[in-house]
Amino acid sequence: MGERLLMKGAEALAEAAIRAGAQIFFGYPITPQNESPEYFSRRMPEVGRTYVQAESEVAAINMVYGAASTGTRVITTSSSPGISLMQEGFSYIGNSNVPCVIVNVMRGGPGLGNIAPAQADYFQATKGGGHGDYHSIVLAPHTLQEECDLMYDAFELAEKYRIMVVMLSDGLLGQMMEPVEFKDWVDVSKLKTPDWAIVGKGDRPRNLVSSFDLSPEGLEKMNLDLQEKYKKIQENEVRYELYKMDDAEYVLTGFGTVARIMKTTVNMLREKGIKAGLIRPITVWPFPYKVFEDFADKAKFFLDVEMNEGQMLEDVKLGVNGKKPVQFYGRFGGIVPTAEEIYKAFKLHMGGC
Amino acid sequence: MKLIYKAPDSFAKKQTTYCPGCPHGVAHRIVAELLEELDLVKKAVIVWPVGCSVFGYDFIDTDATVAAHGRACAMATGIKRAHPESFVLTYQGDGDLASIGMTETVHAAARGELITTIFINNGNFGMTGGQMAPTTLVGQVTTTSPYGRKPEVNGFPIHVSEMLATLDGPAYIARASLDSPQHINQAKNFIRKAFKAQILGLGYSLVELVSTCPTNWKMTPVEALERVRREVLPVFPIGEFRVVKGVE
Ligand SMILES: Cc1ncc(C[n+]2csc(CCOP(=O)(O)OP(=O)(O)O)c2C)c(N)n1
Ligand code: SF4
Repeated sequence: MGERLLMKGAEALAEAAIRAGAQIFFGYPITPQNESPEYFSRRMPEVGRTYVQAESEVAAINMVYGAASTGTRVITTSSSPGISLMQEGFSYIGNSNVPCVIVNVMRGGPGLGNIAPAQADYFQATKGGGHGDYHSIVLAPHTLQEECDLMYDAFELAEKYRIMVVMLSDGLLGQMMEPVEFKDWVDVSKLKTPDWAIVGKGDRPRNLVSSFDLSPEGLEKMNLDLQEKYKKIQENEVRYELYKMDDAEYVLTGFGTVARIMKTTVNMLREKGIKAGLIRPITVWPFPYKVFEDFADKAKFFLDVEMNEGQMLEDVKLGVNGKKPVQFYGRFGGIVPTAEEIYKAFKLHMGGC
Repeated sequence: MKLIYKAPDSFAKKQTTYCPGCPHGVAHRIVAELLEELDLVKKAVIVWPVGCSVFGYDFIDTDATVAAHGRACAMATGIKRAHPESFVLTYQGDGDLASIGMTETVHAAARGELITTIFINNGNFGMTGGQMAPTTLVGQVTTTSPYGRKPEVNGFPIHVSEMLATLDGPAYIARASLDSPQHINQAKNFIRKAFKAQILGLGYSLVELVSTCPTNWKMTPVEALERVRREVLPVFPIGEFRVVKGVE
């Protein structure tokens, strides 16, 4: 491990991305993540990399698409309304098999909503969002340290599978300050231009980066290839954290910010002698269905908490597969539930158990 | 016998997918010739559009991609900024560039991106069946202006070259026409200068090519060329609109 610094989330993630080898950034300002583009604009030239402010998120994601097509480590950061605008590009990137990293610092929606933390873009991030059958790998950190560590994995996964990796953050992680310890710098001079990249054909046959095939048979083949890739990712890249789950009778679950708060709830319940534990999906796509399935036999009930109407709830229920009750508690509009509030919600369901 | 004229090696040895008499093929050929003459084939990355020329990569043998509708200049920005040694072209229709992609075009030009745009102005959306484009002339009948383009309903045609020439970012902006051998030669000269603007790092460059769409205009290729001279060129005059020092 390298340097330890006290930093604001949006800046820490930018610094982590730079150390993880981000060679170029394109973006457009939106609260609560403006500190990221601001930080990139200052820092990228300092370390000999490139920063470009796009005229919109639509342009930003297509710049990302272009840079990704050259096999360059590229990143953009945005927040919910900006991410909605990028969906067109995500879909094209998905079917073009180019790697890139996208950060969504989620805020309250729908519409303009507000700039407070929320988790209501889960569906959009994990179920495609843009048109067509595509997926992105979606990472959901719950601390700044984890976010910074995952940034390295994000670029590696993106390149390994030639896929878009989404860092699903939120306004709380974006705005809070925490000490973070950065991993060592990736030596970008060692990064090679991949053989599929479009950078001028030189002496090889020409490369084509394309998301289309007008013949139904050809397009079906592209889709089948994508599904094959997604299957491999589902088999190999599922990540989750088990917190006090060894003897747990009651399973709490949530992702990102909420899951962090739920660890306190689990501790409160444990102090009362209630055997509670937490399953925290780290990849929300691919979703850790199997771990829910495994605990469905042992647990009495599951409580899913989210800062939305229960978007991950659908995946939790798929994992539990009707074996045990799955309860839900959610807040909207940028309200972050407290550990006590979640404790109360738990007790309510326990009463009815 | 001495060979004095041949198809460029990087140009398709197969039939293009365009309608008979469509000038897209002529524009492709000029681009391919210039890429060879200026020794750019190995460095070139062409961003093809959504539109009739979506298959352009099949006809010019360079590294290539197909952008989302209208986003070519943004994608090209990404490619060029990530890999400045590449020679980056966008090839776009008037629907692509001046309608859905106007923002991306104007801002790439304003930033002075070191990319070159070949802009085909055929006065309608060819690929989707001849709907009205931002360049459709007042009075022109299209499938979505069946009574003829009326300014009070549809507004006025956009003069892209004149408009972009007001910006400081572009190094070279010109309009040529593909209606006659002389004009085609001139078009090639203009595009050569546009390429030079990029090679010398002087700024964004664009050459608008007044073209035809005989199929959707419901004319023979010859009638379509006559219409260009009679009706289109008076509204979209040929010329150089911005030439910064060093390009001449
Ligand atoms: C987002 C989006 N909107 C609409 C379309 C449908 N579309 C395909 S080509 C085209 C018009 C292209 O016209 P132009 O750029 O003038 O090129 P031409 O076909 O005339 O060469 C449209 C509207 C699309 N592919 N994507
Ligand atoms: S529809 Fe028009 S622009 Fe398209 S190929 Fe045919 S003639 Fe050319």
